[in-house]
Amino acid sequence: MDAILENPSRRLFLKTGAAAGGGLLLSFSLPGLVRAEGEVAANPFNAFVRIERNGVVTIAAKRPEIGQGIKTSMPMLIAEELDVDWKTVRIEQSPIDAKVFGEQSAGGSTSTPDDWEPMRQVGAVGRALLIQAAAQRWNVPAVGLTTEPGFVVDKAGKRRASYGELAQAAAGLPARDPKTLTLKDPKTYRIIGKAQPQSDTPAIVTGQPLYGIDVRVPGMLYATFLKAPVFAAKVAKIDLAPAKAVKGVRHVFVVDGGSELEGLLGGVVVVADTWWQARKGRNALEVTWADHPTSAQSSAGFIAKAAELHGQPPHRNLKTVGDVDAALKGAAKVVKADYSYPFNAHATLEPQNCTASFKDGKVEIWAPAQNPEDGRELVAKTLGIKPEDITIHFTRSGGGFGRRLMNDFMVEAAWISKTVGAPVKLLWTREDDMQHDFYRPAGYHRLTAGLDAQGGLTAWRNHFVTFGEGTKFARAANISGTQFPYGAVENYAQDVSVMPLGVPTGWLRAPGNNAYGFVYQGFIDEVAYAAGADPVEFRRKLLGAPRLIGEPGKGDSFHTGRMRAVLDKAAEASGWGRKTEKGVGLGVACHYSHRGYVAVVVEVVVNDGALKVRKAWAAVDVGKQIVNPNGAEQQVQGSVLDGIGSALGQQITIENGAVAQSNFGDFPMLRLADAPHVEVRFVISDNPPTGLGEPALPPSPAALVNAIFAATGKRIRSLPIGDQLA
Amino acid sequence: MPTSLKVNGQVHTVDAEPDTPLLWVLRDVLGLVGTKYGCGVAQCGACTVHIDGVAMRSCVTSLARVGAKAVTTIEGIGANPVGAKVQEAWKAIDVPQCGYCQAGQIMSATALLAAAPKPTDDEIDAAMNGNLCRCATYIRIRKAIKAASGQTPSDKMGA
Repeated sequence: MDAILENPSRRLFLKTGAAAGGGLLLSFSLPGLVRAEGEVAANPFNAFVRIERNGVVTIAAKRPEIGQGIKTSMPMLIAEELDVDWKTVRIEQSPIDAKVFGEQSAGGSTSTPDDWEPMRQVGAVGRALLIQAAAQRWNVPAVGLTTEPGFVVDKAGKRRASYGELAQAAAGLPARDPKTLTLKDPKTYRIIGKAQPQSDTPAIVTGQPLYGIDVRVPGMLYATFLKAPVFAAKVAKIDLAPAKAVKGVRHVFVVDGGSELEGLLGGVVVVADTWWQARKGRNALEVTWADHPTSAQSSAGFIAKAAELHGQPPHRNLKTVGDVDAALKGAAKVVKADYSYPFNAHATLEPQNCTASFKDGKVEIWAPAQNPEDGRELVAKTLGIKPEDITIHFTRSGGGFGRRLMNDFMVEAAWISKTVGAPVKLLWTREDDMQHDFYRPAGYHRLTAGLDAQGGLTAWRNHFVTFGEGTKFARAANISGTQFPYGAVENYAQDVSVMPLGVPTGWLRAPGNNAYGFVYQGFIDEVAYAAGADPVEFRRKLLGAPRLIGEPGKGDSFHTGRMRAVLDKAAEASGWGRKTEKGVGLGVACHYSHRGYVAVVVEVVVNDGALKVRKAWAAVDVGKQIVNPNGAEQQVQGSVLDGIGSALGQQITIENGAVAQSNFGDFPMLRLADAPHVEVRFVISDNPPTGLGEPALPPSPAALVNAIFAATGKRIRSLPIGDQLA
Repeated sequence: MPTSLKVNGQVHTVDAEPDTPLLWVLRDVLGLVGTKYGCGVAQCGACTVHIDGVAMRSCVTSLARVGAKAVTTIEGIGANPVGAKVQEAWKAIDVPQCGYCQAGQIMSATALLAAAPKPTDDEIDAAMNGNLCRCATYIRIRKAIKAASGQTPSDKMGA
């Protein structure tokens, strides 16, 4: 009675079947996103929607919840088209199975654009089957039937049947081709576009176990892993006895580790009955670490090397339009400035952790992970087992921000469990977490702009010194050749030079953009002042006529009209141009990333070098539909404050090959007293809905430093702001 | 060493060294994992509990220091009328994003409201500044505290 419907054009498979307890199960997969495409049709079974006879509807959330609200917003899409009462819906985190669920990562603000259509289709197919089941039961044509939340009704209003009553019969019907179904008119939405609370909030406020750190497995031991301060250095000398003598300690052993920074690294593991006992055992150890080739690297050294490279011709050019040198020669005014920013940490409040149980060549893993399939590969490779012998379960993540796209904690937990022959929860200390992150790479930009006599931008050059070797960039240290104002200036050049790096780098919320937004929008502000123009007006002129820059449909194509609209909206909301008292300044920035257009205005007051951020306004265009206005506001406010907090005080510095910071005392993050209100406005445009986990971050550091300039005349060109105003 | 420990109105006999921080007794010995580890050095507030009604950082409070005092955790704070009101406000305003810090936020907010039923903005700033929220839910935290105390949000919150 099961049927598989293959629809190669949409690459969507839908399948129906009986739920274990009776009722309807709907599953689908997206083979286009699966590595082994051929396997998909053979093994697609798993539930997305479960309707039990008693009418309870359970919807699976397939992506990891890291605080971005996806566990609520994607089930909303299914529930809308299924036409159920949202208040009665139960949401479950789905199992991890790429063959069934397709992509199950959380990154790049891609969930909403990727899932917007398929999730609604899942709901629509379910609804169509329930209608068909009712039509058969009543022996009437389906066309005369419709639904009300949770019920199929005939249009004459005579008969109705609950989804629970119909679920069993619907489960026996072949799936419908979603292409033949009409999705709802957005004007009729009852769930999408309405502010819905996050589904886990009641469990969070009562302290229920939800997170990786909360996992408990029978017979579980607790582990801590001391790694070398210098990345990938190995243990040279150690006496394990002092740790073994600590009460509760069961195992102490050295991990030799490899040289790949994203894999298993060298160090010492202590396993005990409780984590505190493991920690005490670790504190008793004295380790001598072997010399390592990167132990001489330092932030000061990188800064010196960047200055040297800025004095030389760039290693290569990523993009040239026109003739920048000639345009600069003919310019009425030339503006030059160096911008830089430090390494930055993710500092998820839940430190990295993972629970693993290795038994008979197979391993079961519970992980707060953003990208579990890469973790599966890493564990398989490192432990020498088959990927299919690894079962991974998602837990809720206490923050992600891109840190949990890497899976070092996963391979460590699996390795430790295998070594000690028992289930183990590995928990990093805050210091481990701060000192063994995959950092947002530091970067060093030399910018040159040319203005004509009318104050128009005629030339733009960025010589970006970043990390890499040859034509290969370090992870997240790359830049696009077509960063705005590409397409808005006649003569444009994006040059890069690279230097080698032995520090692990990775994707931090709005990767690249979280830094380039500061650099580009900070420098554009300087250029606006040099042109004698109002910063908003200068940006309007630069954006020019509404048009698409870049190739249609490409992620980095950029519509000037959409940016103009959010810029205007933020200016209006903030009362841009109003008179301010002494020491008060407003700064603006607008930036496109992750398919979202965001403009931010920040208001600051600076008195005797003391900076206070008073308020921020954000205008956002992420398309025609805000799926969950509640979550959307949270993401925008959080992103803007994240950008402000990182600009104010966050930096990771490398000294003697190791991270100098260790905890929140020397890595100051934004706190409540310093957090301004953020007013959020959405600009609705006729474009497909896109994600909100990231795009509101990049403009906010620039808006902040631009506001500081407006208030004080002091231009901040290097982050963090720290004590530069003192 | 078996020690008696009163948590959420219940007396437990726990086998832990006296220097063990309360946090790890709660989490690993009693299985009360709602109280969170964030920094281990009283800099983030994720581990906040009440000891005899006073908000304390359980990551730096040893079992020996707790002694016979009554410990309340996020799992038990709903039994306190102020705590219940705070939890309700947290749900109504939908404060959490990742949610990891929120147990500590709720414990600090409850202690604040017990001491100052109608806190001013400055009192909120002072009482809550020790609780980090990496997702920066601060705007809603302020709003929820105001709501729980029956006050309307002030201009400072812009709402």
